[in-house]
Amino acid sequence: MLDRPVLPTVTLTVNGTDRMVAADPFASLADTLREGLGLTGTKIGCDAGDCGACTVLMDGAQVCACLVATAQAEGRAITTIEAEDPLVDRLRAAFLAAGAAQCGICTPGMIMAAADLLAHKAAPTRREIEDGIGGVLCRCTGYIKIVEAIEAVARGANAFAPVAEAGAAVGARIARADGLPKVQGTDRFGADFAPEGALWMRAVRSPHARARFTLGDLSAVKAAHPGLEAILTAADIPGANSFGIFPTIKDQPVLAPGLVRYRGEAILALVGTREAVEGLADAALPITWEVEPALIGVDAALAEGVTPLHANIPDNVLTRGYLETGDIAEGHRLGTATAEGRFRTGFVEHAYIEPEAGYAVRTKAISSEAGTGSREEIAWDDSSDRIEVTACTQAAVMDQEEVARVVGVSMAQVRIIPTACGGGFGGKLDVSIQPLIAVAAWLTRKPVRIVYSRTESMASTTKRHPSQIQARMSADAAGRFTAYEMTGDFNTGAYASWGPTVANRVPVHATGPYKVPHVRNATRAVHTNEVPAGAFRGFGVPQAALAGETLIDDLAERLGIDRWAIRRINAIDHGDRTPTGQILYASAGLPQCLDSVKADYDRLMAGAAAHNAMGGRTARGVGVACMWYGCGNTSMSNPSKMRITLARDGRLTFLNGAVDIGQGSSTVLLQIAADALGLPTAAFDFIVGDTDRTPDAGKTSASRQTFVSGNAAKLAGRDLRAKILALANAGPSARLALDGHRLTVEDGEASRVIDLSVLASEADIVLAGEGEYDPPTTALDAKGQGIPYATYGFAAQVAEVEVDRLLGTVKVTRILAAHDVGRAINPTLTEGQIHGGIAQGLGLALMEEYLPGRTENLHDYLIPTAGDMPEITIHLIEDTEPEGPFGAKGVGEPALVATAPAILGAIRHAVGVRMTEVPVLPHRLWAAMQGREAAE
Amino acid sequence: MQYFRPTSLADALAIKADHDVTILAGGTDVYPVRTARRAWGDPAHRPVLDITAIPGLRGITEEPGGWRFGALTTWSDLAAAGLPPLFDGYRRAAREVGGLQVQNLGTLAGNLVTASPAGDGIPNLMALDAVVEVAGKGGTRTLPVQAFSTGYRSTALAADEIVTALIVPKLHGARSTFLKLGARKYLVISIAMVAAIVVTNEAGTITAVRIAVGACSAVAQRLTALEAALLGQPLGQAAGLVTAGHLADLAPIDDVRASAAYRLAAAESLVRDALTDLAATAARRAA
Repeated sequence: MLDRPVLPTVTLTVNGTDRMVAADPFASLADTLREGLGLTGTKIGCDAGDCGACTVLMDGAQVCACLVATAQAEGRAITTIEAEDPLVDRLRAAFLAAGAAQCGICTPGMIMAAADLLAHKAAPTRREIEDGIGGVLCRCTGYIKIVEAIEAVARGANAFAPVAEAGAAVGARIARADGLPKVQGTDRFGADFAPEGALWMRAVRSPHARARFTLGDLSAVKAAHPGLEAILTAADIPGANSFGIFPTIKDQPVLAPGLVRYRGEAILALVGTREAVEGLADAALPITWEVEPALIGVDAALAEGVTPLHANIPDNVLTRGYLETGDIAEGHRLGTATAEGRFRTGFVEHAYIEPEAGYAVRTKAISSEAGTGSREEIAWDDSSDRIEVTACTQAAVMDQEEVARVVGVSMAQVRIIPTACGGGFGGKLDVSIQPLIAVAAWLTRKPVRIVYSRTESMASTTKRHPSQIQARMSADAAGRFTAYEMTGDFNTGAYASWGPTVANRVPVHATGPYKVPHVRNATRAVHTNEVPAGAFRGFGVPQAALAGETLIDDLAERLGIDRWAIRRINAIDHGDRTPTGQILYASAGLPQCLDSVKADYDRLMAGAAAHNAMGGRTARGVGVACMWYGCGNTSMSNPSKMRITLARDGRLTFLNGAVDIGQGSSTVLLQIAADALGLPTAAFDFIVGDTDRTPDAGKTSASRQTFVSGNAAKLAGRDLRAKILALANAGPSARLALDGHRLTVEDGEASRVIDLSVLASEADIVLAGEGEYDPPTTALDAKGQGIPYATYGFAAQVAEVEVDRLLGTVKVTRILAAHDVGRAINPTLTEGQIHGGIAQGLGLALMEEYLPGRTENLHDYLIPTAGDMPEITIHLIEDTEPEGPFGAKGVGEPALVATAPAILGAIRHAVGVRMTEVPVLPHRLWAAMQGREAAE
Repeated sequence: MQYFRPTSLADALAIKADHDVTILAGGTDVYPVRTARRAWGDPAHRPVLDITAIPGLRGITEEPGGWRFGALTTWSDLAAAGLPPLFDGYRRAAREVGGLQVQNLGTLAGNLVTASPAGDGIPNLMALDAVVEVAGKGGTRTLPVQAFSTGYRSTALAADEIVTALIVPKLHGARSTFLKLGARKYLVISIAMVAAIVVTNEAGTITAVRIAVGACSAVAQRLTALEAALLGQPLGQAAGLVTAGHLADLAPIDDVRASAAYRLAAAESLVRDALTDLAATAARRAA
C-alpha cells in the first residue's frame, strides 16, 4: 500500500488570488483550504453538511465546503472568512459589537452566510435573515445577537461597543476582549494548527457496548503500512492507564485493556502519517471480539444477578446522594393537596460545534530559573523531558493532572496550553484526546495531533445524565408547600466522570427555589454499558426541575391557584432557609424575578385565552418555571488564583488561568480586574490558561468563573493597586494612569509619576498583584445539611407556545427570562448566556435525544436552528451578592434550567396534556393528546 | 482511489460502464456517507465519477412536451426559476431541503437517485408525473418516476446508466403545494410530507388531482384512491373528503423521528392541509 500518494495540483481562486495546492481531487474543499492552504478560518464541525461551520461562498453563493470536492472548486471564485471585503468587514464589526460571537467556532460560517444574504438582499426582514443563516448551527448564542448584528449591518448602523474608562468597566457592554480574532477567523481552535510534520492519530473504537477483545500481531500491521509510526495499546501507556474526575475514582482507561464497557470506547491508537492512520480500515486490524450482553438503561443495570460493569461496584450503583430535613410524612400530612409523578429524560449531547482536537509535543526541559535569564537546554536527559498538550479544554489544570498520571511524569513536566475552545458546556471538562496524544508524543518523541470526527466526539465523550425521577409534593390550602420528596436514578454510563457531582447536586436543588419545610431527596448514579454521562450545564438540576415544576403546576391546578401566584407565595427570599439548612442572607432575588415578569405573564395569559377562544388549529399556552443554582463546587474547596503583573516597560499583563469556552470569562474577569486596579481594560495584555504561565483558576464549570475567579481577579487587582499606592504614598481614592513606563498616581491635588523602568525587577516584572479566592462552604452531613454553596443564581422564566392540535408540533413563540445575576459585569455577555441557555433548554424540551449508535451526527441529533428561537425578553435583576466581585454571581447554568419546565407548562396550558418525558417530539405530544382524548 | 471528471457524457458513460463508481454531483449525500463510514474506521470508497464538468446537464428549459430539468439542476436553480404554479410545491421543497448551503449544491436528480424515503423531491416528482431520462451504453431511455424508484434506496438505474434529466409534462391551469413536517425549522429530515397538484374548472370542481406522500413508506406513494374520490368534487370541500382509508397503502415505520402511527395520522392531516391550502389559493385568485 502506498501511504503517501502523489497528489495532483489544482489551482483554487480563493479571495481573489489563485493558489496552487496539491490535493486529492475528492478531498473536500474544506479540508484543502485548511490543510492544503492553511486557511483555517473555515471550520469543520461535522464534515457532513449538517452544521454549516465550513460555509464559504462559491461564485457568491454559500455552500458547505465539506460537501464540495476540491476538483469541483477549481475555476470557481471561493470566498472565505479571510477575505478582504467591505461587507465582511462590516459584519465582523457588527458581530463583535453585538456579542454575536461567543466561542467563535460558528462565527466564520455565520458571517459568510450573512454576507451571501446581504449581497443579494440589502434590507432583509428578520425572517429572511433567519432563512439566510438557517443552515449554520450555533450552540452558544441562541442566534438572537447574531440576527441583531446582521440587522444592524442591513440598517447601515455603526457597530459600536463602548470602551470603558478606568474604573468604569464593571457594568459596561464592552466588546469581548478575545473577540477580534473570532470575527476575523484567526482565532486558533484545537484543529487549526499543529507543528510542521506532526504525526496524526486516529483512535480505533469499540463498535460493541460490552465486549472482550484480544489483539493479534500488530507488528505485522505496522510493517505492512510504512506510514504507521506506532499502534498503541493499553500495554503501551507509560503511567497509569486510567483517568477520572475524582482523585479516588480513576476508572476510565485511556485505551481499554481487553474489555470495553461502552460503544465508542478507544481500544487502539494509530499514529503515523495522515494517509496511513485514516487509510487503515478497522476491519484490517487483528481484533477478535467476544461480545457480552450489555446493560442498557438503569433498569437493566439494577436488575438482580447481572454482571456488574466494575468489579468493585457489585450493584452498579456508583454513588448515592441524600438530603433530608423536617419530617416528610408530617409534611405530606400538612398538605391539602398532594401531587406526584414519574419523569424521564434521555441522554443529551453538548453538541459544541468544535469537535475535540489538539496536539502534543515532547520537549526537552528548559532551565529558566527566574531571574537568571538563562535558557540553555539541558543535555539529552529523558528523565526531565516535558510533555506539552495544546488542545481545547475547560479545565487546564485537571488536564495537567490526568496527563501527568497517564504519562507517568510529574505535574511540573506537563504543560497544558488551551486553544480557543469552540464550545464546552461541560463536555470538555473531562479529558478526551489529551492523554492519548500525550502518550503518543511521549513515546514517539514526535509531535502528534488528533482531530475527532463529529461522530467520534458524540459517541465517545460525555453526555447529560438520563434520569428517572419519582417525586411527590404537597401544599396547604393557601398554596404553601409543605413537603417535597423525590428519588432519582441517573444513568451515569460506563464510567464515573461527574456522576457523583450529579448525584450530590440534585438533592440540594430538587425542591426548586422555594420554601419547603419537609424534604427528602435521594439519588443514585448508576453504571450502564452506555456512553459516560458527565457534566452538562446544570449537573442534573435541569432534569430535577422538570419534575418539581410539573408538580407545582399540579398543585396549583388542584388548589385553584394561579401558577405564577403559587410560585410567588413560596419563592425563597432573603432570610429564608434552604433545605440544606442554609440561611440566604443576601442576593436572593427570586421574588424580584417573578415580579418583573408578572405584567407580561398576565398579558400573555389573556392573549392565550383570547386566541384559544377562537378555537383554531393551534392552541396557545403559557408556562412559568423558576430555578436556582449554587455557584461553585458542592461543599468542596474550589479555589481560584489570579495574577496581574506590571513590567519595567509598562506592560500590564493579566495572567488568567480561567479557560474561556465562549461564555466570556476572559472579558468579565478583565473588567473586574481593571476596576479593582483602577486602570482601563484597554491597558491590559492578557494570557489565558497556560499552565506554565497562569496560576490555577480551577475549571470552567459550575457557573463559578465570574463568582470565584472574579473574586480572585478583584483581589489581584486590589493587591497590585495597594502596592502602587504604597509606592506613591497615595490614598485609596487615588487615580492611576499608565503611559508607557510612566505610571501616574493622582491623589487629589498631589500627583506622582512612577518611572517603572528604573524600579527593581524580577524577570522584568516590577510589581505584581495576586488574588486567591475559595468560596466559603461547609461539608454536608449525612442528611445533606450544611452550606454547600456561597451563593446561588435565581431565575423565573415564562414561556409562550403554540401547539398544532393535529400534528402535535410546538412552536415556542416567546420567553420572558428574569435572572438574578447579582451584578451584570457585562450585560451583553450576560444576555448572551441567557439566550444560549434558553436555546439549549428549548432543545432539551422539544428535540434533543442522544441514542447511542443512532443519533450520533448532527442531522439525526437535532439542536435548535435560527428558526426555532422564540422572541426573548430579558430582565436582569441585580440583587447584589456581598460575597461576589462587585456584587456578581454566575449565570452560565442558571440560564438553561427553567426553560424546559416553562415550555412543558405552556404545552400543558395549551392542550391540557402533562408531559413527563422529554424531548416532547411531535409524535410523543400527539400520542399524549390522543390518550387524553380517549380518556375523555 | 480513482477520481474521474469527464467533460462529455459519452466519456462519463464509458467510465460508468467500465467501473463500479459512485456518481458525484452536488456531494450532499456522497460526503455525509463517506464521513459516517470513516467515523467507524471504514475508509474504503468506490471510485468517484464526478459528472459536474459535463456541459449541458444543468438548467431548466421549457420544451413542447414539458419542462426539462437537467440532472445537475440544483435546488436553488429550481427555487429561483420562473415556473408556472404547477411547480409551486416543488419549489417550496427546494427551500426546505437542508439549508441554503445544501440547496446551492444538491441536485434534483441526486435527490431522486439517492432514493431516501425522506427525499423531499420524490413525492413532488410523483405528483408532477415526472419522467426520468436515463442514458446508458445502449442509448437513452425514459421511465416514469414511479417505475424509477423501486424501493428503499434503490432505483431502476442500470449499472451503466446515468440520469440525465427529469421531464415534467405540462398541466394547464395546475396549482400545487408541498407540506413538510419536521421537528425543527431548518436542516431537518422529514417526518412526513405531502405534495399535491390540482386543476379545477371555473366552477371550482376538481378536474385533475395528484397527491403523493413521502417518508411514510419505503418509496413515496401516490394516493390514487383519494385522487379518484376527489375528481369531480368541489375543491373547497376536498379536505373534508379525505379519510384514513385513503392512506391505507402507506407503510410508515417507527424510527427516531416519529412513530408509525403518528406518521400516518400526520400524513392524513397534511393531506387535508394541502387541499385546504390549494382551495385557499384558488379562492384568493378568484377574489
